[in-house]
Amino acid sequence: MLGKDYIRVLHINLTDEKVSVEERKDLFHLLGGTGVASKLLEENMRPDLPPLHEDQPIIFAIGPLSTIFPVATKTVATFISPLTGEYGESHAGGRSAMAIRNAGYDAIVITGRANKPTYLSITDHSVEFKDARGLWGLDVEETGRIIREREGIPGKRSIMRIGVSGENLVSFAGVNVDTYRHFGRLGLGAVFGSKQLKAIAITGETDIPVTDFKSYYSTFRWLYKKVVETDLMSKYHEIGTPINIKVLNAISSLPTKNLQQSTFEHADDISGETFAQDTLVRKVSCVGCPIGCIHVGQFRRLFDKGYEYESLAVSYDHELIYSLGSLLGTPTASEVLELIDEVEETGLDAMSTGVALAWATEALEKDILSIEQTLVPLAFGNTENYKKAIHYIAERTNDFYRTLGEGLTHATEAYGGKEFALVYGGNEMAGYHTGYAFALGQTVGGRHSHLCNAGYQYDQSAKELNDEEIVDYLIKEEKERCMLTSLVICLFARKVYDRETVLKALNAIDMPFTDEDLDKMAEETFFTRLRIKQKLGYSLENEKFPKRAFETPTRWGKMDEERMNKLLHMYVERLKAEYDRYSTAQ
Amino acid sequence: MPKILKVKNINKCIGCFECMIGCASLNFHSHTLTKSAIRVKTKGGLQSKFAAVICVGCTEPACAEACPTEALVPRQGGGVVFDGKKCIGCERCVPACIVGAIAMDKQLRKPIICKQCGACAQLCPHECLAMEEV
Repeated sequence: MLGKDYIRVLHINLTDEKVSVEERKDLFHLLGGTGVASKLLEENMRPDLPPLHEDQPIIFAIGPLSTIFPVATKTVATFISPLTGEYGESHAGGRSAMAIRNAGYDAIVITGRANKPTYLSITDHSVEFKDARGLWGLDVEETGRIIREREGIPGKRSIMRIGVSGENLVSFAGVNVDTYRHFGRLGLGAVFGSKQLKAIAITGETDIPVTDFKSYYSTFRWLYKKVVETDLMSKYHEIGTPINIKVLNAISSLPTKNLQQSTFEHADDISGETFAQDTLVRKVSCVGCPIGCIHVGQFRRLFDKGYEYESLAVSYDHELIYSLGSLLGTPTASEVLELIDEVEETGLDAMSTGVALAWATEALEKDILSIEQTLVPLAFGNTENYKKAIHYIAERTNDFYRTLGEGLTHATEAYGGKEFALVYGGNEMAGYHTGYAFALGQTVGGRHSHLCNAGYQYDQSAKELNDEEIVDYLIKEEKERCMLTSLVICLFARKVYDRETVLKALNAIDMPFTDEDLDKMAEETFFTRLRIKQKLGYSLENEKFPKRAFETPTRWGKMDEERMNKLLHMYVERLKAEYDRYSTAQ
Repeated sequence: MPKILKVKNINKCIGCFECMIGCASLNFHSHTLTKSAIRVKTKGGLQSKFAAVICVGCTEPACAEACPTEALVPRQGGGVVFDGKKCIGCERCVPACIVGAIAMDKQLRKPIICKQCGACAQLCPHECLAMEEV
């Protein structure tokens, strides 16, 4: 790969400010991304200690295709999730992969805890531990601005940072990357906060010579054309992911008002089409992606008499419009943008935040909670109160919000209301109440993301439901995605990167992998994640589905709880059999 | 007829950097973005749109005039032709270029000079760049 046969790992210890580099030939067959980051997590994690203990690591990894082939834009982060207490994996794009590559690394391992608020400045020739005491308490945007003025080469750098929610160890705080991108899910922001790590700036100019120019450039051009000139990715470019709002609403799959409904009376007002027509001002890209899926919407609001307006530009996607829109009963696009903006500023994960607030709203309605606890009368559609509540979560204003900030699994243990807490596999649900495959998929997925195995896609495209087929599909899809996110391509380009294309791209950079090599690494990665989960005490057999999921119709009508539990049981049995087969073969 | 690179509709730029990835690999055989003769950056200021810094193809190129060794000579139709063998790495071309299109290759200690090849324009998904006949 690019003239080398090893993975170059940068180790940083925040406690003693020591840095070292190792070249790992033994990781090379895992490509990078998920494959390498999961392995490095397994090596460096401490299952005997809590997730936010200073000895727990943060891992970042890019892959062989990163930046140099179209839509290979993502960086994979692994950590122990403070939300679930088990395997944490989250992906972000922006300029992160390009910056890590040009700094000369394939992976970064961060351990220890700084003795004061610190930010890291990583370049191709140094790692510096910089005083961030003055940044502690600042929001995401301001932190980015200040570091931008101090670090790196403009346009060639990446700045990851946390907001106050990460500093305050909210279990679902994310890490914002550059502008508009995030390591959103599972609480990497809290892990940063626990290390007093406010931000990481990465930049570099490492010379990476093209090894076989003819082969590389022709493959690059061919792939570029495939991305730009076919309609394989047009969905993401045009209306973007929010095209799903209307689609899901039409098939009773759009979680609305804490999933008391699966259709939303204001779906048209917050649809992708409405966002595009009324708010869209710009589309931007991650480095190395000619698609431009980052849709930026703008809205203005009056802040004083005399036509005193402020304007805000906010990026939107399906998941945010679901979690802060339909799920909270938010009736207009501009109000959704306002809520997204608050989440951006405080550095929270938009999905977990929306799901937590939707639960709290219903709990208040049902008198499980009191207004003394929620501080404001949370009500579906009341944007002003939700804006306040987002800050209460990030700032952990009182005992109730402190507990809510631990995630709904913890909050429902304290207050009850588990039956309407939209949690699958310990993680707040994604925006697809499509049916059995989604519900099972997010529950069993290695990182409890709907993107682990795309169950929602099965639910939407299947002609009839077949339980065996669902289990097969989820396992097969998750293995393939373990490979794709090791390259690391953005999953929006999964149709572009079929096996033949992946092999061709790898070959063009002197990595003569075979189909079988990819099968093997995919399987190894799939089971590495499973083994990590086991070491952290996680067992699928303890998983319970929220009652609410069975009360509200999906595309397939109301789901049957017994069938769902059977499906989980089938999956567990299949996994055991596969794991035994795999372990014996090793 | 010779052609010159032009920035046409930079407001359509999405910041994908494919132009830089292509230029660096085609002309400098490098996967390093700083080795690109075109540089896309944000303008700064209130709107912070993108800007593309390119060789504008001067017919009386100041960079060539500043070059003491004739490593840079005027190109027919505009811009310059660079002969690396003649370059001593004095960097005088860098400040001479008023649009700031010349950066130094720190490893080679030679300037990164646009060849007016048009590969960047071919890799622009939004036609922000174009090659135009002089």
